[in-house]
Amino acid sequence: MTDLFGIPLPALLSQLLLGLVNGSFYAMLSLGLAVIFGLLNIINFAHGALYMMGAFLAWMGLEYLGLNYWVMLLLAPLVVGVLGIFIERLLLQWLYKLDHIYSLLLTFGITLVLEGIFRSFYGSSGQQYAVPDALQGATNLGFMVLPNYRAWVVVASITVCLAVWALIEKTSLGATLRAGTENPKLVQAFGINVPRMITLTYAGGVALAAFAGVLAAPILQVTALMGSNLIIVVFAVVVIGGMGSILGSILTGLGLGVIEGLTKVFYPEASSTVVFVVMAIVLLVRPAGLFGKEK
Amino acid sequence: MQTGTAAVARNPLLVYGALFLVIALLPALGVYPIFVMKVLCYALFACAFNLLIGFTGLLSFGHAAFLGTAAYAAGHALKVWGLPTPLGLLFGMLAAGGVGLVFGLLAIRRTGIYFSMITLALSQMLFFFFLQAKFTGGEDGLQSVPRGNFLGLDLTQDLNLFYVVLAIFIAGFWLIYRTVNSPFGQVLTSIRENEARATSLGYDVDRFKLLAFVLSAALAGLAGATKTLVLGFATLTDAVWTTSGLVILMTLVGGMGTLVGPMLGALIIIALENKIGDLGKALAEITGVDWFNGLGESVSLVTGLIFIVCVLAFRRGVVGEALALIDRFGKEATQTLATTKKPH
Repeated sequence: MTDLFGIPLPALLSQLLLGLVNGSFYAMLSLGLAVIFGLLNIINFAHGALYMMGAFLAWMGLEYLGLNYWVMLLLAPLVVGVLGIFIERLLLQWLYKLDHIYSLLLTFGITLVLEGIFRSFYGSSGQQYAVPDALQGATNLGFMVLPNYRAWVVVASITVCLAVWALIEKTSLGATLRAGTENPKLVQAFGINVPRMITLTYAGGVALAAFAGVLAAPILQVTALMGSNLIIVVFAVVVIGGMGSILGSILTGLGLGVIEGLTKVFYPEASSTVVFVVMAIVLLVRPAGLFGKEK
Repeated sequence: MQTGTAAVARNPLLVYGALFLVIALLPALGVYPIFVMKVLCYALFACAFNLLIGFTGLLSFGHAAFLGTAAYAAGHALKVWGLPTPLGLLFGMLAAGGVGLVFGLLAIRRTGIYFSMITLALSQMLFFFFLQAKFTGGEDGLQSVPRGNFLGLDLTQDLNLFYVVLAIFIAGFWLIYRTVNSPFGQVLTSIRENEARATSLGYDVDRFKLLAFVLSAALAGLAGATKTLVLGFATLTDAVWTTSGLVILMTLVGGMGTLVGPMLGALIIIALENKIGDLGKALAEITGVDWFNGLGESVSLVTGLIFIVCVLAFRRGVVGEALALIDRFGKEATQTLATTKKPH
């Protein structure tokens, strides 16, 4: 087999794929964060916890109700989306006029509560969730063995991300949404129900996180803390990419996943910190982020 | 925020003096000194954090990094290098200040919510470093750090250590008090209120922010180093991001931007953490719901709820609300003296 920099090619490619899988999660989460930030002007710390909830709902659906992966892939984002509506209506909406830090702290509180609830019932050890039958096994591509499920995660994530991008950039609904981001008062004056748009945007953003959570359930251990470990990396991703551009969020997420995967091959010790190092470098060179605009 | 009551405004030092005197007498009243020392360490940590959020308007979500850095640095200096205790503490403080300088230089390049995310990410990076580094002992932490002597005082005696810790706390508090009430502190407050205005008045805002950040980091480090001395160990818990959340909660509960608030907040949160298991067991007995027995295991559920309640209904914290209340009563009493000052 061919080597690349002394690393066997199949090993390199499989780490690259793993990086893409992680990158897909980063992309979906930072996309949701960016969409929510655009309209609500808040950073949703609870994003990680709601991703965790998506994974847990998938597991619980199978465990208690016998609902399979495909059902939960639709149902879990719906449930989390409805929860998002409640969070926005009951809690978040009172904070829009205040300093942004309060909504960050509130969603941090929500994170702690959600994690606490799941930990009190399931402890801190992980739950196993089997890969659905249709996606088990691997395909031999000749130059590498491609696990079907991982390929599915990457394809599904990128499809969903692009669908969200198309929805926001190419449809009239998206145009309204973008207008609301620019100038909510003016949009309201045109007779569009902006508060409802805000609520639905939040619900949509967190549903995206839950979708990522269901995708992650068969690959990662389903634990109460899986979300917070991810959300901090996603914050770094958001700082690197800047939240101004939808495609930028997707590309940054995928790119950083790949960088992380490659670091695992060449210098494993740094694999958990490389994203933060990239963030520090970007801050020095381009403080507004790769796709951000200086204000 | 230095208004408060007329009496406090006139004689704040007298009030703080009385407060410290009461604390100094606590062991004599039978309060467990280790508990008081632990609260004092977290109180200093929260006061240092408050210097940023309360007086400069910067929300750092990575202050555990400084607590942890100093805890490990001081522990290493005392245990492995065998430095005298004061030098060990100083080394911990300097290490935290150095980390603060690097973090600060990066984080102040962005403002607002990004600042918080950057500090959080950087502290997580440092956490992973501590997790992998040899000198921290990884998951086990740095154990059995010797207390040694402090200017001839044998610190293995809890009571001796108690007075040293109290003295350290008072020194740190005094530094914060002086900073807040200095021209430098006034500039910091003006940055909090209106950064653009401060810039246009010719202040080098970034330098002021950086200085405040490093000072806050070093003082948080002093708290961390002292904590290692008191408890005899430094672990990853000191550096984990939830500890950064905890210090935010302490400051929020006590009152952001008040000097005494973070102290009170630290006391409330530490006491709550210690007692929550008992509380859960009591609730389980009263209600018969078995689930409450596990409450001690999921402290985060309770702290999260406090966070939500505080942010929604109680943003001034205990001390802030009390000061506002006293202000209002004071105003009603002296309504003939028409004041234009708004309650804050």
